Amino acid sequence: MLDQTQSGEPLDPLMAAEDWMKEGRDVAIATVVETWGSAPRPVGSHLIIDGEGHFEGSVSGGCVEGAVVAEAADVLSDGKPRMLEFGVADETAWQVGLSCGGRIKVYVERLG
Amino acid sequence: MDPYALKKLNQCRRERRAALLVTNLDDGRDRVVVEGDPVAGPLGEAVEKAFRSGKSATMEVDGRTFFLNVHLPPPRLVMVGAVHISQALAPMARMAGFDVHIIDPRTAFASPERFSGVRLDAEWPEEALARSPLDAYCALAALTHDPKIDDPALKAALDAGCFYVGALGSRKTHARRVERLTAAGVPSSAIERIHAPIGLAIGAASPPEIAVAVLAEIIEALRSRGLEARKGEAA
Repeated sequence: MLDQTQSGEPLDPLMAAEDWMKEGRDVAIATVVETWGSAPRPVGSHLIIDGEGHFEGSVSGGCVEGAVVAEAADVLSDGKPRMLEFGVADETAWQVGLSCGGRIKVYVERLG
Repeated sequence: MDPYALKKLNQCRRERRAALLVTNLDDGRDRVVVEGDPVAGPLGEAVEKAFRSGKSATMEVDGRTFFLNVHLPPPRLVMVGAVHISQALAPMARMAGFDVHIIDPRTAFASPERFSGVRLDAEWPEEALARSPLDAYCALAALTHDPKIDDPALKAALDAGCFYVGALGSRKTHARRVERLTAAGVPSSAIERIHAPIGLAIGAASPPEIAVAVLAEIIEALRSRGLEARKGEAA
């Protein structure tokens, strides 16, 4: 059986974000806004994160989700959106790389 | 993200309406644009292009950076007729990313044994389509050869603006169909939208081959929805 959100759709990050919001949880939404090379998830993909670090969805094949979840905690506390960049050769800003050789830009914002 | 925007976006998605979230990446403000909403200026052009292509993207407009996240309803293929061609077409269409819905009031045809794992309604098209209405992101293929079943479904598909409407049958059969639909008051501009004989002309002979021809024609219609600019793009 498929996992379902309360709204009845198969697990869908934006539907789940609405459910979480209704439950009174803090929610951060991360979105892939640009990709270069072979990125694992297409532009527009979402990862949502709550105040306890629970998450749903994906912005990569699992390589950078940990870093996005960590950054989401800061976004939730100060409410300021952040633009994160991940890539194989990008050692200046981030140590987490994409093993597939691509680069992605992820926008992280607070819901509300 | 504005909670109101999220609710509105999700509502559109539940109702199978095309919508787009525009986020100003400089100040974080966002809003939902529903397909058909007027958006002025260069941003409006970008919005229109995004709806047609279905591609989400970051773009510079008037010195500001926007992210346009497009949410198009998943395409659905409605087959009227639980026939041999449908048995081949259903799994092919699912592989290609379509939601599949089969309707046939003849219970001997519309049996779950012949169509496992597919949404199957053993009832008249009017009844099934009342519960699950057609829209612009639906393709309808009329495959029964029986005017009593096919004609009302074709009429409903033309009324709903389905991106593809196809009907099985020879040119002679189709000529009689055109006469019937005309007599029923369907305008000729609508009747001309029916793909008949159904399917791309690849010389298909067996039911699975006809299914390939039909699916190819549906994909062509889906990917070229009113868009001249895409003609140069590779498939």
